[in-house]
Amino acid sequence: MEIIWRGILEAVRLIVTGDPDVLQITWLSLQISGGATLLSLLGGIPAGMALALARFRGRGLCVALVNTGMGLPPVVVGLFLSIFLWRGGPLGFLELLYTPTAIVIAQFIIAAPIVTGLTMAAMQQLNPKLRLQLLALGASRWQLLWLLMREARLPLLAAVMAGFGGVISEVGASMMVGGNIRGQTRVLTTATVLETGKGNFDLAIALGVILLVLAFAVNYLLTRIQQRGRAT
Amino acid sequence: MTEPILEGLDLSVVHGGKTILNVPRITVQAGEVLAVIGPNGAGKSTLLRVLGLLEPPTSGVVRFRGNPVTWGSRDLLVIRRRFASVFQEALLCDTTVQGNVTLGLRLRRRPAEAVRRHANAWLARLGIAHLARREARSLSGGEAQRVSLARAFALQPDVLLLDEPFGALDPPTRDELLTVLQSLLRQEGMTTVFVTHDRDEALRLGDRIAVMMDGRVHQAGNPSEVFGRPISEEVARFVGVETILPGRVTGERSGLLSVDVNGAKIEALGQVAVGESVLVCLRPEDLVIRRRDEQAAADSARNHLEGRVEQATPLGAQYRVRIASDPALGGVVALVTKQSFHELGLFPGSPVVVTFKASAVHLIRR
Repeated sequence: MEIIWRGILEAVRLIVTGDPDVLQITWLSLQISGGATLLSLLGGIPAGMALALARFRGRGLCVALVNTGMGLPPVVVGLFLSIFLWRGGPLGFLELLYTPTAIVIAQFIIAAPIVTGLTMAAMQQLNPKLRLQLLALGASRWQLLWLLMREARLPLLAAVMAGFGGVISEVGASMMVGGNIRGQTRVLTTATVLETGKGNFDLAIALGVILLVLAFAVNYLLTRIQQRGRAT
Repeated sequence: MTEPILEGLDLSVVHGGKTILNVPRITVQAGEVLAVIGPNGAGKSTLLRVLGLLEPPTSGVVRFRGNPVTWGSRDLLVIRRRFASVFQEALLCDTTVQGNVTLGLRLRRRPAEAVRRHANAWLARLGIAHLARREARSLSGGEAQRVSLARAFALQPDVLLLDEPFGALDPPTRDELLTVLQSLLRQEGMTTVFVTHDRDEALRLGDRIAVMMDGRVHQAGNPSEVFGRPISEEVARFVGVETILPGRVTGERSGLLSVDVNGAKIEALGQVAVGESVLVCLRPEDLVIRRRDEQAAADSARNHLEGRVEQATPLGAQYRVRIASDPALGGVVALVTKQSFHELGLFPGSPVVVTFKASAVHLIRR
């Protein structure tokens, strides 16, 4: 217990004194996971809506793939992305391995199926007759999609939270394609692993606490948006 | 007759090899309320969606003010915005009542001030101004359907499409809303297509009635025509004819026909040649019952059938009495007020005489 207390005190000290290393790691984690989540929303929400609303050949296969993707192990993503980005790999010429961009790509691959799958579920739980009513009210195609998204805003925000939660806490892929390079690709999770390995439990716990606070803060903010005006 | 505002020609809808809709021609005149009635699964809602440009027909064309509407064209949205629909479920959006009633106008990008003024006026006319700031999901079924109606009327549509709007409401609420709707339709002179499986609703609102079955319009006309002179046994049963007896026309004298129904003679008015086989249709409200041991009051009824009460079912203010006629012609069903039912002291087995006028008999050629 002593260790944990010391770790928490250390975390407070690091935050209060504004330790440049910790601040840099935290900021980078936020940028990478935030960016990856944003990209997964840009891809996942339209894809999820298409899967929920459109009827096309191969739709069933796509749905099964997305559902499988929702449980994609980060280390497997890290492994395959490493092979692709390796100097001799098919995308090696991009020279992205061990860069923050590589981590963003990995986290995008992890978050996109989660956002897609939950968007699809969010759309499917709407009353199917609502589409007809909105068309009858004179909605154009784009107005219809916008209104349906607004109707499903609560579960859609849950999709955002799940996507962000999935990547901010992920360590395997970040470690493999980022390399945990100090000042460049070291994020909260990889730093925690490193410090634990070195026996620096104070610092490891401090980083862990910061990670938890960060995840909580983002989710709290989203929850506030989600539950706004919903007193009942 | 003037050009119809809305017209469907050679409409068919086929889903998975099954024909849901097959309507050679249906018209809606400006200012009229066309009630489409029929049993569940008759294709009424499909017809409404096709006419409302919400579902493309497999073949055929919908014409609005004489111009055919092409699916997938830019005009489609423009013309669809001249219509408004209310469905059985209120299907409100997850926002305030005000937000719902203004939605259609906002989708049309009307100026904000006009939208608010207009929405408030219709909220007031439907008696729900006090609910404006309420969240739609907190409303009762009746309130929600009023919001749905206000949302549709606020669009001032050229054609209003109603798909069983009261189907999910309890009887008092339904009755209340029917009255409100009836007066609004009249005040606005709103062209309306009203789909229902309820005969009474159709009679209350409809200027014209179309009876749909198995995807086809079997009969269309003014209410007295459709309800009084159904063209087939199926239509007759749906519009409330409960007694249908097979017979043959045996004679004609100055417009009065004699019909032989299994040995009994029934007199009827109609345009059927002697020798033709017919179905004799009687509406339950046109039949009068008296006890057989009672003296017949002087009346102009030409037809008297003897029988015995088989079954009596109470229906609110009336009893529905099923009578087995003595020479076994088949079951005859009559409606009797609660008061006369008790005065007559009827019970199963009571010998009775059923009387009805020749003009109450409707004949369908077989």
